[in-house]
Amino acid sequence: MKTLLSRCAVFAVFAAPAFAHADNLLASIGQYRNDIVYQSIQQMTMVAIAGILAILVAVPLGIYLSRATGKQARFAQAVLQTLNMGQAVPKLALLALAMSVLGIGRWPSIFALWVATLLPIVLNTLEGLRAVPRSLIEAATGMGMTPAQILLRVELPNALYVIFAGVRTALAITVGTAPLAFLVGGGGLGELIFTGIDMNDFSMLLAGAIPTALLAILTDVLVGQMQSLLVSRGVNPQR
Amino acid sequence: MIKLSNITKRYEGASAPVVDGVDMEVGAGEICVLLGPSGCGKTTTLKMINRLIQPTSGKIFIDGRDTDEFDVVELRRQIGYVIQQIGLFPNMTVEENICVVPRLLGWDKAKTKRRAAELLEIVALDPSIYLSRYPKDLSGGQQQRVGVARALATDPPVMLMDEPFGAIDPINRELIQDEFLRIQQQVKKTIMFVSHDIDEAVKMADRIAIFRGGRLEQFDTPDTILARPASQFIAGFVGTDRALKRLRLVRTKDALSACLCAARIGESSERAQVLLEQHGVEQIVLLDAADKPQGYLSAAELRAIEGTLMAAHASPVQGVARQSDDLRSVISSMFALGQSWLPAVDDDGRFIGYVHQAHIVDMMRLPTETRV
Repeated sequence: MKTLLSRCAVFAVFAAPAFAHADNLLASIGQYRNDIVYQSIQQMTMVAIAGILAILVAVPLGIYLSRATGKQARFAQAVLQTLNMGQAVPKLALLALAMSVLGIGRWPSIFALWVATLLPIVLNTLEGLRAVPRSLIEAATGMGMTPAQILLRVELPNALYVIFAGVRTALAITVGTAPLAFLVGGGGLGELIFTGIDMNDFSMLLAGAIPTALLAILTDVLVGQMQSLLVSRGVNPQR
Repeated sequence: MIKLSNITKRYEGASAPVVDGVDMEVGAGEICVLLGPSGCGKTTTLKMINRLIQPTSGKIFIDGRDTDEFDVVELRRQIGYVIQQIGLFPNMTVEENICVVPRLLGWDKAKTKRRAAELLEIVALDPSIYLSRYPKDLSGGQQQRVGVARALATDPPVMLMDEPFGAIDPINRELIQDEFLRIQQQVKKTIMFVSHDIDEAVKMADRIAIFRGGRLEQFDTPDTILARPASQFIAGFVGTDRALKRLRLVRTKDALSACLCAARIGESSERAQVLLEQHGVEQIVLLDAADKPQGYLSAAELRAIEGTLMAAHASPVQGVARQSDDLRSVISSMFALGQSWLPAVDDDGRFIGYVHQAHIVDMMRLPTETRV
């Protein structure tokens, strides 16, 4: 809660100049209330679907890559290279590519967001698991845990903080990229932002931009809360 | 209890085996220390017992049963395992760490909880404080106590310890070794213990197995190894001061000089002089009514005293040897005090006899042919 408040304070400082220009700005933004609510839901649905699908694919992929040995290790390297290249592609280009394959609408948007979200989660899952000390695994094996028990009771819980950091980064990217979905017909707050820019309508632009920023902060706070709730106090360096 | 029969481990591509035809047997309730320089095969030997490493050939029996007959996971759950890096799981509390194996074995919750508290008591940590702590909140010594408690959780008859106290600072290491020996008095486990420290081995072991290049060089009691090392290598390894190290193996109560004579407060000086002459000692201890040494008197001093002896007559006792002290610390206090003897006392401080330097030197002398 404390972090939420401090973040809002930071936001207020940045937003202050905008409000200072016109007292009736708030009122003129307010006229887009219905659009804001509808588009926010639309945007966050895309984020949620892309994010959840990314976690569902990236975490197991990270686990698999961390276990790859011998021939599989080369395959694992190839997968990581591909993901790295994917990360290098600008998000807008990713959307354009998705549109050229999947057409227009929300699904190409979700697909592009999903691809953009994968890499940080895969990388952090992999690194988190690699960082689990060998001695823990030796102790667990010596005590008679099966490989599955070691993964679920020792490796993942100890890597969870790092994995969550990946999820946080990934979702920050997703929420930030989501307004672009409007450009390929996916809807979302980009509709207000881009239309506002086109029409040189400052209040319309802000009606899209401010909720986008707020949603990004809110998402980060929510994931942060989940992180401190789900990660054991024993492995959380902040507690 | 644990029997290794012609155990060999050879890695593919390596010319020499890491462990080469080791035969040994450790009796129930004994601590056997596997000792040797690094790369001598001691840790490999240990890890073959719970099959973290699979032997190339040979058999290992625990309590008469071939370990190959066990399912490997079942086998490991029946063997306590402590490692140098401790390996407490950081994501779990102390209680959860201790309860890992009981949970794997499906014990009920209440019993598991009781057991965790009981074990913390045994390793001298207050359960009300430490059960809910995380490993990162504990010092290294405390962590290893929990490590030992965790290995004891299901009361396994056999424990394997891989340099368990190696990462702990010297002062705490001594403490935790003493503590562990005290626990062992209660639990009487059969323990295989890897160490590279001869002092630790002498202190902990009932039997020491010295390894060199994968072969078992000597397998004997600490005293025999120190007194009669089987080879130049072992003599070098145990050190040129091995005769001094043997001092640690003997307690005061086993090194008392035959003379039990002592004067008492209130006795006549003549009687004390007679005692002194009879037993051919130079000084005599003066005891109070509770048998506690109050001081000592020399022959010359006794002659100067008329009538009965009083505490004020005697030179005060500067140090005593308690019956369970090892001779190394006794000799050390003798050197510090510049004395050639000390009165020995039991746990309640009552006089039980004399320890003389000359007698200790006599006791510790080795037969001529074994001096290397």
